[in-house]
Amino acid sequence: MTEPKIALNDLAKAFGDKVVLDGVTLAVEPGESMAIIGGSGTGKSVMLKCILGLIQPDGGTIRIDGEDTTHLRGRARREVQAKFGMLFQGGALFDSLPIWRNVTFGLTRGRAMDSGRMRRLAEENLERVGLGADVLDLRPSELSGGMQKRVSLARAIAPRPQIIFFDEPTTGLDPIMADVINDLIRSLVEGLGVTAVTITHDMTSARKIAHRVAMLYQGRIIWHGPCDRLYDSRNPYVDQFVQGRADGPIQ
Amino acid sequence: MSGFATSPPVRLLARIGALAIGLLAALGRVAMFAGRTIISIFAPPYYPARYLEQMAQIGWFSLPVVGLTAIFTGAALAQQIYTGGSRFNAQSTVPAIVVFGMVRELGPVLVGLMVAGRVASAMAAEIGTMRVTEQLDAMTTLRTDPFQYLIAPRLVAAMISLPLMVMIANAIGLFGGYLLSVEKLGFNAANYLNVTRQYLEWDDIVTSEVKAGVFGFFIALMGCYHGYHTRGGAAGVGRATTDAVVSAFILILFSNLLLTVLAFG
Repeated sequence: MTEPKIALNDLAKAFGDKVVLDGVTLAVEPGESMAIIGGSGTGKSVMLKCILGLIQPDGGTIRIDGEDTTHLRGRARREVQAKFGMLFQGGALFDSLPIWRNVTFGLTRGRAMDSGRMRRLAEENLERVGLGADVLDLRPSELSGGMQKRVSLARAIAPRPQIIFFDEPTTGLDPIMADVINDLIRSLVEGLGVTAVTITHDMTSARKIAHRVAMLYQGRIIWHGPCDRLYDSRNPYVDQFVQGRADGPIQ
Repeated sequence: MSGFATSPPVRLLARIGALAIGLLAALGRVAMFAGRTIISIFAPPYYPARYLEQMAQIGWFSLPVVGLTAIFTGAALAQQIYTGGSRFNAQSTVPAIVVFGMVRELGPVLVGLMVAGRVASAMAAEIGTMRVTEQLDAMTTLRTDPFQYLIAPRLVAAMISLPLMVMIANAIGLFGGYLLSVEKLGFNAANYLNVTRQYLEWDDIVTSEVKAGVFGFFIALMGCYHGYHTRGGAAGVGRATTDAVVSAFILILFSNLLLTVLAFG
């Protein structure tokens, strides 16, 4: 039996009195694309940030390739982070740097080195997300929202991570651009053979990019299953959510 | 029992206690932030380009405003001492008191306040915006420590730039006093410069520079600390900017008092 790529066990996190994660247990297999769905404020982002090491969980464990990474710090933490790529919701591009430095930031770790090679690498990765060399020297603020998201995607894949996280990849985009991004994510996941975890509340996107879906509600995973079972899950919470009804068990 | 716990004197004590605990907690957070920054100065990788960039931002681009402040203040100081001194025939003390006032107090304090207004706010706004747009998180996931890349360069650059700027501001301030005294008040130029040199003491210059270094530390620390801990969108960035400037001002003025009492008391 192979080790899951990511294994969360009883993950808990509270901010003050507010319990955000209340025992999340979840496994993501290598090469799998998993979508986490759930309403706003159900702890999707917090869960992702715990895995990334940006937030320390209060309890439970996080295993990456079988290695317990829950409380890693310093160099050991950075070694695990080398396996991760992350597409942030707003793109989170560094607005003080030109596009090509943004794309190669994960390789140079912010140092000014090997400019020629880095520009070529930036160009290569931008090509993968459908952008030309003409954007290399622009600043992030000169690009549209959809283009920023693509550059951010190029930045996430440039260090060739094994696991990529997508935080609401289609939020704020028009339906056509959203579909372009969905296609890109799917082809990148297949083309690069990475494991993907996407948090979203866009059902079209979830169905398009994920093999498996898990639903987070009140800090717990209340349902998970293959993507094609999403619309006959026989779970009243999932039903209400995927059909977008105001009345139901979720208030 | 509940009557006792909610009676006004107890509530007042509870409020004072909560305030004291809050203050100590904030102090602890700032100290830990400073400690983490200082450690990250020495840990690789190093970013020399970021240090130079910050030196330019903090030092070079602040020079015009600092120079103007110094020359106007030096001249105004000379006029006040002349007018005030003439009441008991002490006009001749102008050069001596301009030297004391400028080098010991006004030079470092004015430079500190001007740079705090210009730089602490900019740092808090930039780092705060990076926080709310998740750029700091993005940096961490790209295996770059914001303390090494953003914060340490600002702290070191401020601690180097401020003493240099205070040196320049002191010279310009003395020149402002000289200009007004010689051109308007009719002092003898050679005599004025002679007295100035006579009263310009090494210890005062050292104190001035130490103050500048301390102020630079506080300016960058407050700018980065409030930026780093920004919460809540554009309004949060606005709050962080205000907090950075106000706390930097208070720390500069308070530490100036301590250093003055320590050095001259």
